[in-house]
Amino acid sequence: MKFDKPETTNPIDQLKVVGQAVDRVDGPLKVTGTATYAYEWHDPDSRLAYGYPVGSTIAKGRIVSMDLSRARAAPGVVTVVTAEEAGELGKGSRNVATLLGGPDIEHYHQAIAIVVAESFEQARAAASLIQVTYQAADGKFDLAAEREGLGPTGSDDKVGEFETAFANAAVRLDETYTTPDQSHAMMEPHASLASWDGDKLTIWTSNQMIAWSVEDIAKTLKIPPADVRVVSPYIGGGFGSKLFVRSDMILAALGARATGRPVKIALPRPFLMNNTTHRPATIQRIRIGAERGGKITAIAHEGWSGNLPDGEPENAVDQTKLLYAGAHRLTGTRLATLDLPEGNAMRAPGEAPGLMALEIAMDEMAERLGLDPIDFRVINDTQVDPGNPNRPFSHRQLVECLRIGAERFGWSARNARPATVREGRWLKGIGVAAGFRNNLTMKSGARVRLDGRGVVTVETDMTDIGTGSYTIIAQTAAEMMGLPIERVEVRLGDSTFPAAAGSGGQWGANSATAGVYAACVKLRETVAQRLGFNSKDCVFADGEVRSGDRRAPLTQAASNGEVVVEDTIEFGDLRKTHQQSTFAAHFVEVGVDAATAETRVRRMLSVCSAGRILNPKTARSQVIGAMTMGVGGALMEELAVDTRRGFFVNHDLAGYEVPVHADIPHQEVIFLDEVDVMSSPMKAKGVGELGLCGVGAAVANAVYNATGIRVRNYPITLDKLITQLPGAA
Amino acid sequence: MSVPHDFELNRRDLMVGGSTLAAMTAVPAAVKAQPNSTGGAALSNISLTVNGQAHALELDTRTTLLDALREHLHLTGSKKGCDHGQCGACTVLIDGRRVNSCLTLAIMNEGMEITTIEGLGAPDQLHPMQAAFIKHDGYQCGYCTPGQICSGVAVLGEIKAGIPSHVTPDLMQPVTASDEEIRERMSGNICRCGAYSNIVEAMTEVAGRQG
Amino acid sequence: MRAFTYERAASPVQAAAAAAANPGAKFIAGGTNLLDLMKLEIETPSHLIDVNGLGLDTIETIPEGGLRIGALVRNTDLAADERVRRDYGVLSRAILAGASGQLRNRATTAGNLLQRTRCPYFYDTAQPCNKRQPGSGCSAIGGFSRQLGIVGTSEACIATNPSDMAVGLRVLDATIETVKPDATTRRIPIAEFHRLPGDTPHIETVLEPGEFITAVTLPSPVGGKHVYRKVRDRASYAFALVSVATVLQQDGTGRVAVGGIAHKPWRVEAAEAELPRGAKAAAERLLAGAKPTHDNAFKMPLVERALGSVLDETRS
Repeated sequence: MKFDKPETTNPIDQLKVVGQAVDRVDGPLKVTGTATYAYEWHDPDSRLAYGYPVGSTIAKGRIVSMDLSRARAAPGVVTVVTAEEAGELGKGSRNVATLLGGPDIEHYHQAIAIVVAESFEQARAAASLIQVTYQAADGKFDLAAEREGLGPTGSDDKVGEFETAFANAAVRLDETYTTPDQSHAMMEPHASLASWDGDKLTIWTSNQMIAWSVEDIAKTLKIPPADVRVVSPYIGGGFGSKLFVRSDMILAALGARATGRPVKIALPRPFLMNNTTHRPATIQRIRIGAERGGKITAIAHEGWSGNLPDGEPENAVDQTKLLYAGAHRLTGTRLATLDLPEGNAMRAPGEAPGLMALEIAMDEMAERLGLDPIDFRVINDTQVDPGNPNRPFSHRQLVECLRIGAERFGWSARNARPATVREGRWLKGIGVAAGFRNNLTMKSGARVRLDGRGVVTVETDMTDIGTGSYTIIAQTAAEMMGLPIERVEVRLGDSTFPAAAGSGGQWGANSATAGVYAACVKLRETVAQRLGFNSKDCVFADGEVRSGDRRAPLTQAASNGEVVVEDTIEFGDLRKTHQQSTFAAHFVEVGVDAATAETRVRRMLSVCSAGRILNPKTARSQVIGAMTMGVGGALMEELAVDTRRGFFVNHDLAGYEVPVHADIPHQEVIFLDEVDVMSSPMKAKGVGELGLCGVGAAVANAVYNATGIRVRNYPITLDKLITQLPGAA
Repeated sequence: MSVPHDFELNRRDLMVGGSTLAAMTAVPAAVKAQPNSTGGAALSNISLTVNGQAHALELDTRTTLLDALREHLHLTGSKKGCDHGQCGACTVLIDGRRVNSCLTLAIMNEGMEITTIEGLGAPDQLHPMQAAFIKHDGYQCGYCTPGQICSGVAVLGEIKAGIPSHVTPDLMQPVTASDEEIRERMSGNICRCGAYSNIVEAMTEVAGRQG
Repeated sequence: MRAFTYERAASPVQAAAAAAANPGAKFIAGGTNLLDLMKLEIETPSHLIDVNGLGLDTIETIPEGGLRIGALVRNTDLAADERVRRDYGVLSRAILAGASGQLRNRATTAGNLLQRTRCPYFYDTAQPCNKRQPGSGCSAIGGFSRQLGIVGTSEACIATNPSDMAVGLRVLDATIETVKPDATTRRIPIAEFHRLPGDTPHIETVLEPGEFITAVTLPSPVGGKHVYRKVRDRASYAFALVSVATVLQQDGTGRVAVGGIAHKPWRVEAAEAELPRGAKAAAERLLAGAKPTHDNAFKMPLVERALGSVLDETRS
């Protein structure tokens, strides 16, 4: 099915199942520990072996020699595979650093071997017996030091004459902000179990993008994609860290090939943070010029980040092209070559760090203008792409988000003068920020089966990383086929199923359900034909197909065997003619300890404008989870770089702090009741990343309101506040 | 509605999902099939009582309780998130107390009553805490969930027993199941999906029901 | 984790003798720190002596006053003991501020006293660390040192002791009771128990090979108001940036010990004499001779302000 015209009415609009706060259909398995994650597949008859990785202990250079003899002789060891043994390997098109390093070393903890043994304990012990001699090379590890003199990546995006307009602006802001390297820190480490049957490889793994993985595994191992099967029905969190093939898959496959046995491996937590990807640190310079009344005339956003050679920049400036009006604009990225581990996508890449900076800048600018920060944003709202006014937004309710949120949160009680509200030992402040994330759509396929029991089974390689895919797909099929949700079975995460959008870029929910919609449209047609109905005027309800006075049970269509159809939704040019984005307003209240500067979040509200909400329960969870991650980014998360040795020092979950229960208050989420007919037949958009975009700045602005201290370098830890606190010496 | 714990498997598929393993754990042969006579590493005969059932195992002495449960008894509900006591995903109950099963050796737990998430309830027979997590959507990816639930059950017990916490206002006064108490006590269970707000609601409901 | 042999100790003396006879032996009780370190091969015992079966898990009232806390009393039970809550609140509070419920359920009194630093370079075996590998150098100096020590540090090591409980015990003048392999016993004041790093940061306590902690005793209650204030980035389940344990009397006198800033719980008698004059004066004495790094200089004002906040709270 091609989606290239604004959607009119379709069966989803009935909202009997879609749009309802249905409990997760995979819930009973998850709460009882019976959902099977990657490392947990088990076959009593196979001779499973355990893998354990070995990582480079230098950041850059070469392996001169590896002594594997002690490891090979260690109890239980079956084999050791290094790059030398592995033979020539390719590299996945989505990988920057190679997944099995050697002799060249590109980053700290780059995998250089897998030890395979009879037990986990034996593999782990033997891994430490490998002696490696390195020749270290000088590397570059300090983004700030590399910043000087870096030119634009590609060319800057320019509208009008920014420099002149900025110079002539009545009120100006020119500030620089930084965000640190961050780790996804999902709870399930990367893990894979690989098994070869002749030339055919099956990998049970934990991955967000099944079809990408098949391609890149094949490319890395230099085998045909048709010989690769990837299975990943449950994923213990990803946030972008599992978008791509990582070392666990390749090491398991090589270990299994070398031993002729199934091999499984999980990346140890202290190894994972330097071995896999991270969200790169940024330095962002923002300049805003405005008229005295608050109208922005000039806005520029430049972002510096670093990556390995051939890596991408962290595009922290993209939202600034679209979020606010202004005739004269400049955005661009600058990329330094760094020899730290590979930087890559983490939840809302670009916008998450970009809005952490931009939305502080907006708060600062509002203060300079003597405007309320909400009014300032409202003044500069735009219903069209500011760089191309012929391109309207498909649907934009940012102003409504701000206004409704202000009302609900009690914004009017805010004292605009900072550091004026005290409650016991706490300095109290509230802050606001806009949230913005583009709505991406991806081609997505599904197969649906109707059997004689009247059960519809959906098969797609879509993944559920906690997002609720199982549930919203079941809701979609139930709505389309007129069945209760109990009559729908959903099977995900297997490359033998049709390729779907996968989970990333908050495109998954809308695109994958649209793919299921397309397949169900086809199934409805096929069923109608089999039953001798004119498919155009059929109603599917209560397990029946109805047309005029005639009705037939759905099961009748499958009386002579299962009805199986498959379709794929493809998206046309509506994204070119219309800018599709999602919007939010985030409100945060913090308390800052007047003595110690510890910041604790006390209240949070997000108001989201994101098209139709397919399931308010799971969507709300996406948003509160993103808000939680936003608190982490604002207040505690930072991969600390050792710029001498070139690695992230705090590489475990004790050193890299993410929010715990005690950090998070009750969270409120409001979804605006809306649909976006340009986005898909589902009229939905994504929320999973929107919920993060802007939260950090709302926290930062609340801290400023509480203390009068403007921190422009995340995370806002107490050391950045303590010497400037009221009453500090 | 069901989801693919019941993949149709042919022989080439090799693997079976966790939900079909309940019966298998009772079969010692599955355990003995683990290769372990490789010399060198010290092996120990260990008896563990898990969810009311006694198991005799021959294990590498280094085996943690978590790995004994997951790799040898195939009770994979207890999760390995960090293996270093920094996340809480491996939380189980030992003699009724919650413990990080990654930071204790299997051999140190002989003679104790170990309860895992599988022992609390099954999909068709949910423990009230499990049901409350579903109702309040107290999870997303599900990986920390068994640990959260084991911890949650124990936390309500700790509050009932009057064990104080960091946020208890007065050490000499009774403890209540306030939001603040629940949050502090649950802080050893990290949920990166950020379901905290919902987990507190789930636990509050169960606490209320317990009266 | 290296392979090891395992035994269950029959008595404290036997445990001590077994440990002395086997230089590669370690006692294991809760295991919450030791197993963590063994997995990373930071600790590589060839033999484990499981002492969990030795009893030593009760808290007895000492007839002359005070409490004797068995070495194997779990942190949860110590913090929850009614006598401790009533008379030694700072100890309850310190314990409850540390780790998580799960860890406190297993961690023991003796084990907590022996837990090792959380310096991230100590935790990464690829990095030089004098504590882990004497003579290899200290990567924390000049590296990422935000969490690390500001007083009592040396050229060889700037690690901190991560224990909260030990700070509470220090301010209460606890005594550690041990038995040696030859069955003799000794009592070590907690002030002397932990060492400063000096040139030998790998030697963290004054315990001799095989010497086994049997109990920790607390002197008679000293009354006063007990406060433990722990400052950290996240609200729970994190090590202290700075912690302040105080016992303050009506007349303004009192005691203070500080955690998170040194290789041992930090207590300076001269600083306590300044308490009636306020936090600034006391902090100056506490931090005399401090050598903070660029990353952790904030701990200087933080100690003063945290102490000031505790004094204000106590006196108001």
